[in-house]
Amino acid sequence: MKRVGVFVCHCGSNIGGVVDCAKVAETAQDYPGVVYAVDNKYMCSEPGQELIKKAIKEQNLDRVVVASCSPRMHEPTFRRCVESAGMNAYFMEMANIREHCSWVHSAEKDKATEKSCDLVKMAVAKAIMNKPLQKATIPVTDRALVIGGGIAGIQAALDLANAGHVVDVVEKEPSIGGKMAQIDKTFPTLDCSACILTPKMVDASSHPNINLITYSEVEKVDGFVGNFDVTIRKKARSIDMSVCTGCGVCMSKCPSKVDSEFEMNLSKRRAIYTPFPQAIPNKPVIDRDNCTYFKTGKCGICQKVCTLDAIDFTQEDELVVTRYGAIITATGFEQFDHSVYGEYGYGKYPDVITGMHFERLINASGPTMGKIKRPSDGKVPKNVVFIKCVGSRDEAKGKAYCSKTCCMYTAKHATLVTEKIEDSNVYIFYMDVRTGGKGYEEFYNRTREKYAAQYIRGRVSKVFKQGDKLIVRGEDTLLSRAVEIEADMVVLATAMVPQEDASKLAQKIGIGYDKDHFFTEAHPKLAPVETHTQGVYLAGACQGPKDIPESVAQASAAAAKVCGLLSKSEMLTEPIISQVNESICVGCGLCVPICPYKAIDLKTISERDHGNIIERLVADVNGGLCQGCGACTVACRSAALDLKHFTDQQILAEVNALCL
Amino acid sequence: MKYAYFPGCSLSSTGIEYDLSTRETARVLGIDLWEIPEWNCCGASSGHLTDHLLSLALPARNMAIAEEAGLDVAIPCAACYARSKATELAVSNSAEMKQEIEEVIERKYEGKSKARALLDIIANDIQSEDVKNNVQKELKGIKAACYYGCLLVRPLAVGFDDPEDPQSMDNLVKSLGGETVDWAYKTECCGASCPTTMPETGKKMLERIFKSAKDAGANCLVTACPMCLNNLDMRQGQVEKAYSEKYDMPVFYFTELTGLAFGVEPTKLGLNKHFVDAMGLVNEVLKADGGRETA
Repeated sequence: MKRVGVFVCHCGSNIGGVVDCAKVAETAQDYPGVVYAVDNKYMCSEPGQELIKKAIKEQNLDRVVVASCSPRMHEPTFRRCVESAGMNAYFMEMANIREHCSWVHSAEKDKATEKSCDLVKMAVAKAIMNKPLQKATIPVTDRALVIGGGIAGIQAALDLANAGHVVDVVEKEPSIGGKMAQIDKTFPTLDCSACILTPKMVDASSHPNINLITYSEVEKVDGFVGNFDVTIRKKARSIDMSVCTGCGVCMSKCPSKVDSEFEMNLSKRRAIYTPFPQAIPNKPVIDRDNCTYFKTGKCGICQKVCTLDAIDFTQEDELVVTRYGAIITATGFEQFDHSVYGEYGYGKYPDVITGMHFERLINASGPTMGKIKRPSDGKVPKNVVFIKCVGSRDEAKGKAYCSKTCCMYTAKHATLVTEKIEDSNVYIFYMDVRTGGKGYEEFYNRTREKYAAQYIRGRVSKVFKQGDKLIVRGEDTLLSRAVEIEADMVVLATAMVPQEDASKLAQKIGIGYDKDHFFTEAHPKLAPVETHTQGVYLAGACQGPKDIPESVAQASAAAAKVCGLLSKSEMLTEPIISQVNESICVGCGLCVPICPYKAIDLKTISERDHGNIIERLVADVNGGLCQGCGACTVACRSAALDLKHFTDQQILAEVNALCL
Repeated sequence: MKYAYFPGCSLSSTGIEYDLSTRETARVLGIDLWEIPEWNCCGASSGHLTDHLLSLALPARNMAIAEEAGLDVAIPCAACYARSKATELAVSNSAEMKQEIEEVIERKYEGKSKARALLDIIANDIQSEDVKNNVQKELKGIKAACYYGCLLVRPLAVGFDDPEDPQSMDNLVKSLGGETVDWAYKTECCGASCPTTMPETGKKMLERIFKSAKDAGANCLVTACPMCLNNLDMRQGQVEKAYSEKYDMPVFYFTELTGLAFGVEPTKLGLNKHFVDAMGLVNEVLKADGGRETA
């Protein structure tokens, strides 16, 4: 017979003020297996813990039940406590008589006491059934993967590299830099975006601990924390990177011109190109979909003009598998496609542009050399209307959330219009102005006061063409009247949305995402850079709309978490994981897709059956990946899967204790 | 193809040419229109301004009669359509409302009989090839600003076309051999009763429609609503006077154009009943070499 000790905590008056703790302890003495029961003012305090340790020794206890607060609060404390007295940590069981009793039943003291007794009775029954569990160790590979080479990815990589860890950065575009490279000025200080970004890009490319893997994508993620085996697809660049010096002759001679994605289709690039002059690596790629050679088999001018023989039309995609200890996803955002807004012309009017188009229009290295000109006819606009919350905060068309950055970048755009175009008028339609952030509100006020931007509170109901003007019709809700503005150009503050393939990447890695496809953090307040999958962290706008300072801060936070993980050569794993009883598993595989952590695979086993050796499939749980959620145990039709420390037997023992 | 036909009040009075041309168009296209016996007014705007239940019960009675006959209802007038569709949706979406309405009209109506805008039937149900096959006189010289107004496409649940840039009527006119213009005011309000109650506001609203259509290069307006036509046709002279402008913009029901293209005598379509002379443009079309060999 097991010898159980019960320790009832008053938690000052938190529990003791409602529950009769002495009575609970007294009642517990009669429960089967209980040889010792006592109550104490603060069980988690030093004397409280001493009391438990002493009892274990003196009463020769082999199971401990602590009736106190939620296990989320003090389970680690009491596990350590019994462990130091020589008992297996998992022989300790908690009954939550604070959150589940005294706090919620404070008006019914007798019933709360009765319920506490029941909870203790259940915990005793389970404790008796508990099995000793041991933490295992797994090796940790000292190498990190950062997915995405925008400002968040670059910052995370630099911090990790400076801490002495090797980092690979995978970027799907031909160059790192991300969205920040496209932006002209940064709020609230109006310093040039490229001037503060490009030094960081150079640092990343020259750092001995950083490998940039551009024009590449993550194909597959296997393994678990400390040991992720990641397959990376290096897309065929058609350039021999070891030979190319980036001289650029091929780009100037290429006859095929296509819209430049980097310039938001406002100018052309060649089929062999670098996205922008400060690209890193500053070596071109061939866009095979638009290359004459790849389309018709004729041309090859780039190959002819390259004196170094760096053009290689025969290159093929390459798959590389590398092991990483940790992964940081920093895949960033895209702009919401405003063509669903029929009232703003379904994206058909060339002079109705987005914020990112505007960034290119004011950028000195942009398609207009920094002169603000209308895309339709190249005229300098006098009246510029900005419409905020396009896609954001509009459930009918787009998303319920606020994109957070638009109020500030629209204010920035307004000041730049006023500075660059004499006698210009700026009108900004807004729902609310949200400029929380250091120096942000001051910037917004300056935009209104010094730069005389006219803020109009209301939505725009329609934008339509009249001659070469765009008529913007909306409502001024503060004056309760309709307004119509003859605009030369309309700039839409479109929502930030995750990358189109964000959900697919999340599925590959095995992390969660919300209804808008932003990646989900482990806890919105206390674990904002962690995911529910151990060893995978988030940085930047892939987790939700963010501006540059926030993205950089989160990137550094994610890097700090990875440093913690990679600082040891091995790590302990939680033993509360799923286990398979192979003798009754029928290999149906239902548990495989149910598992949110991709921890279950099917494996073939051989066994003797009536004198013959047969082979059959059974489920196989990867202990490194399993997070002990228990989803598979519910899905299993033959009850072959059981969650350690929460086995069917243990839970039934609790039910029996309560009901029989 | 058989439909219950709900002409509504306007089509026997101010909008009689809509009724005439609807019947002629339906005859050519082989649509059997069964006029709902003893139909009542849909209640229009006064109905739903007075009482919500009343506004649903009035069209429900017509719809119930059609449902008893097992027919969907073809409705030319945009306002009648909007009210009837709203009733159909209210009955379909709420068992409570259905019961309440049935008690008032003392008939069963389960929302099985659907309210259909005549434009939706002709422009979208009938293949444009079938329309084209019936064209005897292509509408050469027609440059139409198709005017949908408020009620055909709004609200979203009631409308059958894109609320911001509807195309049904445009496509229909094109399949008749006419041209249409791209313009910004196709779903703006004609003012409804405003030109009567607040003439200055009403005239301003109409002026913008005429101006926008004219600037876009149109030589006529096409509607699917007797109220819109009334305002655009009858008050065009007043607006011209108030703004010292000349628009000369005949206003057609789309059914008048289908009838004309199908070779129906213009007077049989009521084309001689307009305030702004339509016959001038009609005669130009008839004279133009747009004839088509018929089998």
